Amino acid sequence: MAERERRLTPPYGGVFVARTRVMTADDMKRATKRMAHEIIERNQGLENLVVIGLQTGGVPLAARLCDALELIDGTEVPVGCLDVAFYRDDIGLRPVLPETVTDIPCDLDGRTVILVDDVLFTGRTIRAALDALSDYGRARAVQLAVMVDRGHRELPIRPDYVGKNLPTRRDEAVDVTSDGVDLGEMVK
Amino acid sequence: MNRPVTNPRHGRLRSLLSISDLGPDVATGISEVMTLTDSFVEVSERTIPKVPALRGRTVVSLFFEDSTRTRLSFETAAKRLSADTMNFSVSTSSVKKGESLRDTIETIEAMGVDAIVVRHASAGVPRQIAQWATSAVINAGDGWHEHPTQALLDCYTIRQRLGDITGKRIAIVGDIRHSRVARSNVAAFTALGAEVTLVAPPTLLPPSLEGWPVKVSTDIDAVLPTVDVCYMLRMQRERMTEALIPTIREYSARYGLNERRADLLPDHALIMHPGPMNRGVEIDAAVADLPNTVIVDQVRNGVAVRMAVLFLLLGSGTTWGGEADA
Repeated sequence: MAERERRLTPPYGGVFVARTRVMTADDMKRATKRMAHEIIERNQGLENLVVIGLQTGGVPLAARLCDALELIDGTEVPVGCLDVAFYRDDIGLRPVLPETVTDIPCDLDGRTVILVDDVLFTGRTIRAALDALSDYGRARAVQLAVMVDRGHRELPIRPDYVGKNLPTRRDEAVDVTSDGVDLGEMVK
Repeated sequence: MNRPVTNPRHGRLRSLLSISDLGPDVATGISEVMTLTDSFVEVSERTIPKVPALRGRTVVSLFFEDSTRTRLSFETAAKRLSADTMNFSVSTSSVKKGESLRDTIETIEAMGVDAIVVRHASAGVPRQIAQWATSAVINAGDGWHEHPTQALLDCYTIRQRLGDITGKRIAIVGDIRHSRVARSNVAAFTALGAEVTLVAPPTLLPPSLEGWPVKVSTDIDAVLPTVDVCYMLRMQRERMTEALIPTIREYSARYGLNERRADLLPDHALIMHPGPMNRGVEIDAAVADLPNTVIVDQVRNGVAVRMAVLFLLLGSGTTWGGEADA
C-alpha cells in the first residue's frame, strides 16, 4: 500500500514499523526471475502479452518483471500502470485519491494481461482493477502476479504467480520496497 | 466574509463557492485539483470515458441564468463519474408560480441530492443556499462575484500549454467590472504567483481595486508584447445599465483583439476567452481561430476539472489539500 494511502486510511493510519525481514532484495530478484519463467511457460512465449503494474506498489515490480521476461525471451513486452482509485468499492467510506495517471500502452482487445501488485490481501484492489481493465477493452485473459500473498481474502480471487506465500495476522502490515519485504505493524 | 462553508454534521468542507474556499493555502488547493484533473483527462480520452466513482450520487443543476457550456460541462462531468443528474430549468419550474428560493432548495433536497450546482444573477446566492442545504453546493457563477470552476479550468489550460503558471504574465482585457470570471481568475492566478495586468477603460474597472494584487493599464498595445497569456473577456451588455462606453465600435477599435494586435503578442503567448465570444466585438473572427487560441482546450478541460471538483467534494473523503477527516 502506498505510503500516502496508508497515512490517509483509518484504521490503518500511522507509520509502518518493521519487525521481521521476510525477503531480501536477492530473494525478490530470484522470485521475480522464477515468476518470469512461469509466465513464459504458461503462455508459451510472450506474444500478445502486456504487463500492467498497479499503483503504486506494483509499478516498480512490473518494470522489473518486464526486464526479467526480456532477458529470458529476448522480446520486449509493453508495460503500463493502472490506478484503480475511481473503481474502488470503499469510495465514501475512506479517503480515496488517485496517486498518478493511468497509462495503458496498447489496446487490450485479444491480449493477455499480467496484472502485477506487491501484496495480495483482501482482493478488493484486484476486483477494482478487473473492472477498470474491462473499460480499456476485452482482454483474452487476465493473470495475476504478486510478490507476497498474505491471505485474508474477502473475495473469490487467487493469484497465478506468487513470489512468496506469507501467513499473517490481519492486524499485521507488509511493506514491499526495493530493499526487501518486511513484516511489521502500523503504529499510530 | 470568506469563511469556509462546512457541513455541520462532520465539519468537512462541502462546497466550492469561491476560489478562497480552496483552503488556507489557495495555491496548494489549486494544485490538488490540477493533479486530480490529470487523471480525469486520461479518463476522458478513453473509448469508454466513464468511471463508477460516484455511482448512486445525484447532482442537480440549478440555473437561474442562461448557460450553454457550464451547464453541459457539469452534466457531462457528473455522467462520466456515473452520478445521476437532474436538471432544473427556472422557466418551467414553480419559481414562476412564486415559490421562494428557500422552498425550492428544500424541495430539491427532500428528493435526496448530493450536490447542487448553482448559477444565479445575484452575488451571494450560492453561499446562502450552502447555509440552508446539507448537500454540497458548487458555484457555477453568481452575478459579478465569482465563477471558481472557470478559474480552475483556465489555470489547468495554462499549465497544460505553458508548463507552469508561476511567474507568467497574464493580461485580462475587457469588461472587468461585470466579470465574475475576472474576479475568480485574479484570485487564482495571483495565488499561483502570476503577474496579472488588467486592461480596460476606467469605466469598465471595478469601483475599487483595493486589495487586488494587480497592475492596471488602459493601453492594450503596450501590454500585449510583454505577456504570456492574453485573456479576453466578453462585453456583458446585458449587465450594463448605464452608458459605460461610447459605442461598441469604439470599444472594439481601442480594446478589441484584432489581427494586428494578435501579431504584437510573443510567439508562445496564448489567447483565451471564457466564452461565449462576441466575434467582432472583443475578439476578431480570424483571431478566434488562430493556433495559439486555446478556447476549445478551455472547454475540453472544463469537463475534466469539474469531474475533479465533483469527485473531491462527493467521493474522495478528503478535504481540500488532501488531508483526511479525523
